[in-house]
Amino acid sequence: MSGCCDGNVERYKELQTYIDGLPEKKGRLIGVLHKAQGIFGYLPREVQEFIAAALGLPVAKVYGVVKFYSFFTMLPKGKFPISVCLGTACYVRGADDIVAELEKLLGITVGQVTPDGVFSLDTLRCVGACGLAPVMIVAGHVYGRMKPADVAGIIGEYRKKAQASGQEKTCEGVCCHG
Amino acid sequence: MTNIKMHVLVCGGTGCTSSRSMEIVDALRAEIKAQGLADEVKVVIAGCFGFCEKGPIVKISPDNTFYVQVTPEDAKEIVAEHIVKGRKVSRLLYVDPKTTEHISDSKHMDFYKKQLRIALRNCGFIDPENIGEYIARDGYMALGKAIFEMSPKQVVDEVKKSGLRGRGGGGFPTGLKWEIAASYKADQKYVICNADEGDPGAFMDRSVLEGDPHSIIEAMAICGYAIGASKGVVYIRAEYPLAVERLQKAIVAARETGLLGNNILGSDFSFDIDMYYGAGAFVCGEETALIRSLQSERGEPTSKPPFPAESGFWGKPSNVNNVETFANIPVILLKGADWFASIGTAKSKGTKVFALAGKVNNVGLVEVPMGTTLREVIFDIGGGIRNGKKFKAAQTGGPSGGCLTEKFLDTPIDFDNLIAAGSMMGSGGMIVLDEDDCMVNVAKFYLGFTVEESCGKCTPCRVGNKRMLEMLEKISAGKATEKDLSRLRELATIIKDTSLCGLGQTAPNPVLSTLDNFYDEYLAHVRDKRCPAGKCKSLMQYVIDPAKCKGCTMCAKVCPAGAIAGKVKEPHVISQEKCVKCGACFATCKFGAISKR
Ligand SMILES: Cc1cc2nc3c(=O)[nH]c(=O)nc-3n(C[C@H](O)[C@H](O)[C@H](O)COP(=O)(O)O)c2cc1C
Ligand code: SF4
Ligand code: SF4
Ligand code: FES
Repeated sequence: MSGCCDGNVERYKELQTYIDGLPEKKGRLIGVLHKAQGIFGYLPREVQEFIAAALGLPVAKVYGVVKFYSFFTMLPKGKFPISVCLGTACYVRGADDIVAELEKLLGITVGQVTPDGVFSLDTLRCVGACGLAPVMIVAGHVYGRMKPADVAGIIGEYRKKAQASGQEKTCEGVCCHG
Repeated sequence: MTNIKMHVLVCGGTGCTSSRSMEIVDALRAEIKAQGLADEVKVVIAGCFGFCEKGPIVKISPDNTFYVQVTPEDAKEIVAEHIVKGRKVSRLLYVDPKTTEHISDSKHMDFYKKQLRIALRNCGFIDPENIGEYIARDGYMALGKAIFEMSPKQVVDEVKKSGLRGRGGGGFPTGLKWEIAASYKADQKYVICNADEGDPGAFMDRSVLEGDPHSIIEAMAICGYAIGASKGVVYIRAEYPLAVERLQKAIVAARETGLLGNNILGSDFSFDIDMYYGAGAFVCGEETALIRSLQSERGEPTSKPPFPAESGFWGKPSNVNNVETFANIPVILLKGADWFASIGTAKSKGTKVFALAGKVNNVGLVEVPMGTTLREVIFDIGGGIRNGKKFKAAQTGGPSGGCLTEKFLDTPIDFDNLIAAGSMMGSGGMIVLDEDDCMVNVAKFYLGFTVEESCGKCTPCRVGNKRMLEMLEKISAGKATEKDLSRLRELATIIKDTSLCGLGQTAPNPVLSTLDNFYDEYLAHVRDKRCPAGKCKSLMQYVIDPAKCKGCTMCAKVCPAGAIAGKVKEPHVISQEKCVKCGACFATCKFGAISKR
């Protein structure tokens, strides 16, 4: 990859191809948003405007839908997104203590990203692994039967990974249109 | 393919894959190949076996050996000992906690003995990604029977006669719903499968989709035939990637086999299914909100009537059913309505799947005949309460439900009995609570959930529930008075009566139910400023017992607030003013000198 903008052109092109391939445009907004979030990682204003134009919808309508559904995010996630399950089974087995420990260790609250962009912290509801409650997910990897004391070690491992790959800088931002 | 003598089934459900079950699959396959047995022994990634507590599970057939808590490192021994030499690996067998005996066959485990699996009939038995295995277990026979031997009306009548009621929460008679949808004339009708499974802590729909996706496809097609619809739509949570993938593959396989698409099985009945993804809004489980969401709008409910059966997806007659409801349909057609109606209680027929979780020994998926008691589910199947603690309550119905206390342990579980007991069936989440759980806190948890998930369309729900939550917060902070308790009840009743949709109408239930059953506990918070379970942090104090404290100074070192003082080898003291109640000292003390009060 030569520069950051090339990556974005590719991304917008991929989204456009997906939209062009739809059998009809009516009622497809949510599907397109899913696709876009999959491509870009999040849904910044520029991407929402692009989608509105491509589907012939007012930007306000796109924004209204993005805001309504908690799955959609307008903020980029960390390199290693962390989510803690706050479903009932995890909650009664102490998931809130895990969240508190993470907030303490990372110095951020739920919904935020660490200043170095390595971690983001979110909560979600029941991932269907209640037998392993409480459950924490880091970059897609599920950690079960968590205790607050286990958190530091796991975070430490990912910190090391982040440092190891920190040298090569890649463009994660969405800085321009395609 | 012809020489397969043995099947090794590995759980590919979400719980077990989180515990590396796919690595087990790879290790087993490699080992079997190394032993030159690849033609005789087949490793199958199956759906959830239900016994999630002891996952990852590996089951070997035909001898039905049931291995628990298997690791990838165990693969070598399983292959060398069991598969090659026919000797079971006893250290991986389930140990009965009562008799301490090793049990090799799942049929003899207490967890399975009282279960009757209809909706989960194939979960853990077949490879969900292989349509042939579904067909081999009578799959798509019910669809064939419906198309070639029954009229649409006969299908509706059979479902009506079975007494099946919706498993998504409402308990509406399914046959009647189909009859209404069939009665409308339209150029296009839709069959909608509600796979939004919003109850946090419930995972039965997900397991059916992951473990037996063809049963849903078959049932939707049968429904399409019965009501005169050629299109099916599944609304599925995007948070369930494995279920999405399996269902997608199953739809493609069904199309390729001629079981979906035009002229199914050569008949003149055509039916196909499309998938739509939810995006993390609980209210979209409500059928009118779901339909709005399918149309890519904000998922705000609309008032009924018109019901979806009259005007649903794109204004066309639509029949909405839950995943588990559909999973029962093929069996009803094959075994007959009379057989189905012979199971269960007078007004609740068949079985119900519960996602048993919380403070119970055997967390997992449990399917029992309607009319089974709570005691059987929690103590016989669930193995009782963890760590020898005392049972306090079982919460059913999720954020819309209530809690069932000890006095209801012997009540037969069915739709009507649970409502009479002040809770509801809901979709099947069952959370077991023990003496350490604070009921004010539990009510606060559920209400916090509904406040977050309220779509905001109507005021009682948007504002009222928020006020209730604030009152609960006041109670757990020890700042409330007895008058607040009566105001809480009053507000709850108003919200129930005036909200537009089921979310608002049922949101106060967890509060009312805990107020009814645990009023003393509320009073303790309000009057004595005390949380009997020690959960409400602002009412709790950490104290050091001077008799037990060795003066090791560990706690003072970990305390982030510098609240602990004391000299080496002398008893330490916690300053209650400075303490931030993080519990770090409690977790650190090796001498059990710190307690919560
Ligand atoms: C707030 C709310 C959430 C709901 N969530 C679900 C859900 O996640 N899954 C479901 O099947 N039904 C859910 N329902 C019930 C549906 O509105 C509808 O009654 C059901 O899908 C009908 O299918 P059934 O008759 O087969 O149960 C919910 C209802 C309300 C009011
Ligand atoms: S009751 Fe709540 S969720 Fe339902 S329509 Fe009103 S505001 Fe929305
Ligand atoms: S950790 Fe325990 S034993 Fe050590 S000083 Fe603190 S209370 Fe005393
Ligand atoms: S509640 Fe956390 S996995 Fe189910």
